[in-house]
Amino acid sequence: MITYLNILIDSPEFLAQLVINGLLVGAIFALIAYGLALIWGVMNIINFAQGEMVIFGGYLTYTLFYQFGIHPILSIPIVTVLLFVFGLLVYKAVIFRLLGEKDIFITILATFGLAILMQQLMQAIFGPDVVTANPELGMMHIFDGKVSISNIQLISFFIAAAVAIALFIIMKYSRMGQAIRATAQNPRAARILGIDIEKVYANTFAINAALCGIGGSLVVMVWTIHPFVGLVYTFRSFMIVILAGLGNFVGIIFAGMGISSLENVTGFVIGAEFQAAVIFCLLVIILVTRSIMARKKRQYIQ
Amino acid sequence: MITKNKQNNLLWLGLAISTILPFLFPNYITFLTYIWVMIILALTWDMLGGQTGYTSFGNILFFGVGMYVCAVVQRDMFSSGLDRFERVSEVVVNLNASEYFISLAVGTFSGALVAVFLAVILGSGILGMRGHYFAICTLGLGHAAAEIASGIEYLGAGSGMVTPIYPSGLFFGKEEFYYYALLIGAVATFFLFKKIYQSQFGLALNAIRDNENKAESMGIHTTQYKIAGWSISAFFLAIAGAGVGNVIGFIDPVEIAFSGPTFGVWMIVMAILGGKGTIWGPVLGAIILYSAKETFWTYLLGWDKVALGLLILIVVVYFPKGILGYFKERKQLSNNILSQKGES
Repeated sequence: MITYLNILIDSPEFLAQLVINGLLVGAIFALIAYGLALIWGVMNIINFAQGEMVIFGGYLTYTLFYQFGIHPILSIPIVTVLLFVFGLLVYKAVIFRLLGEKDIFITILATFGLAILMQQLMQAIFGPDVVTANPELGMMHIFDGKVSISNIQLISFFIAAAVAIALFIIMKYSRMGQAIRATAQNPRAARILGIDIEKVYANTFAINAALCGIGGSLVVMVWTIHPFVGLVYTFRSFMIVILAGLGNFVGIIFAGMGISSLENVTGFVIGAEFQAAVIFCLLVIILVTRSIMARKKRQYIQ
Repeated sequence: MITKNKQNNLLWLGLAISTILPFLFPNYITFLTYIWVMIILALTWDMLGGQTGYTSFGNILFFGVGMYVCAVVQRDMFSSGLDRFERVSEVVVNLNASEYFISLAVGTFSGALVAVFLAVILGSGILGMRGHYFAICTLGLGHAAAEIASGIEYLGAGSGMVTPIYPSGLFFGKEEFYYYALLIGAVATFFLFKKIYQSQFGLALNAIRDNENKAESMGIHTTQYKIAGWSISAFFLAIAGAGVGNVIGFIDPVEIAFSGPTFGVWMIVMAILGGKGTIWGPVLGAIILYSAKETFWTYLLGWDKVALGLLILIVVVYFPKGILGYFKERKQLSNNILSQKGES
């Protein structure tokens, strides 16, 4: 552990490499986290199946690439539409029945069950192997070749940025986006003003699923996936959202990039086998700190 | 309706039958042993999940910790077998009868103590949170523990550990011994939890479930009660873990000890299926779910875990009160109707 720390101190290029990787991938995480924040803010539901939806999107891209020969980047629009429809179906089958549920643990358990179901279905359909759909676009070297960035990472970063901008415009100016924001502020008032809340909820959930699909497509290009890695993405997005706060679009982007870089550096120092544990410990540390701060004011975080 | 007296008689009858079951069905003894394990799992989950209303997804942590601590004590108490082997996962310790049972007892007890210690430490951090935050924190516990255990070479890393071989030539065979050990464990858990739920402590736990803010304003230190409840759960869960580790004879960090998709999910589903927040619900749920799983789920050929996910979804969304909760509701309903008729 100390030796790894020394490597980082001796060669700042290496640190730069880790941080740059983190920043580029962090944009994807921010996208996924925004979806989580969206349904949390609008419907007061935490989607424990968030990570599984990401992995599902990734598997769709992978299948389209290897079975139908569609280039991963071009498959993104198809996956987006498919996941949007999938989101609508899940909403109709499960989420719809949980609205207005007073006991939040019921909704948590239901999405948790959904997560298990998706995990196992993906394992049954796609097999337990680790897969990737890297289109092999080569590397780019900066700082005299000391820091290397794969082109696909850069491209996925720009795609994530483009999606974020598009989403921002949709939420700000489109009719449905305005309705979603109004419902988030006050569902009752929104209903009185003639907004179809059911439709808003369905659309919100579907948009979240579509965002997860885009995120999954990018993840499968940049990294690898397997059916049981979804939980890590759920953690990451949850961590990003609680750091940034609900509805804070810019905050989520910065938190996503920051957490991803931090995770890369700590993962390197402590050892790659503990990477998933590091993510979780970071989450607990953040939450416990906030909980202790809240306790001083005789409050609790909820 | 079943009266209190009849209920007690039924309980004693059930216990009497279960003591002779291994002789009636010697082929099914492992299955019967697992029933007791599942009852412990469901009961301990229900302490926090049902009585206090805090759905914990991380109780599997204590199960695995008990399993690992017990196995380490069993391995290292009477022999330093570590030096002779290159890989920890290949270490098999041969103990004579007295050494075996002493190390098993010490290991089980120390595993339970370590689990309680962890529950107090983690609980004081995590149980101060509520709702979504609590759920997501506990969800990661088992996952992180599995990752950490598979990274530690002393615990055999990813390849796991082998528990000592059961000494031969005893009056009791291995299967019978663990059957009765876990039977005693489950029965002790059941009666202790029953006592707890009838006491003031149980009332405090239920007060937290019904309205935590009001409970706090009535002077109940809710976080301390939750920690105490979690510690009691952890104690018995670790004992169950130690037993299961020895029954299987092999400990794998991801597949057995901290196995979220199997034991970790089963305990939640069993408690909810039977009816959470009751003493009999988890017992009933454990027996039904595990029997169903063993009898016909094997025919599903790899889709059994898919069926489990579907089952959670169906139970939670359509049937959140469980079997006992459903009957309770019907009874109340019919009582209401009867009393209304009586009034008019």
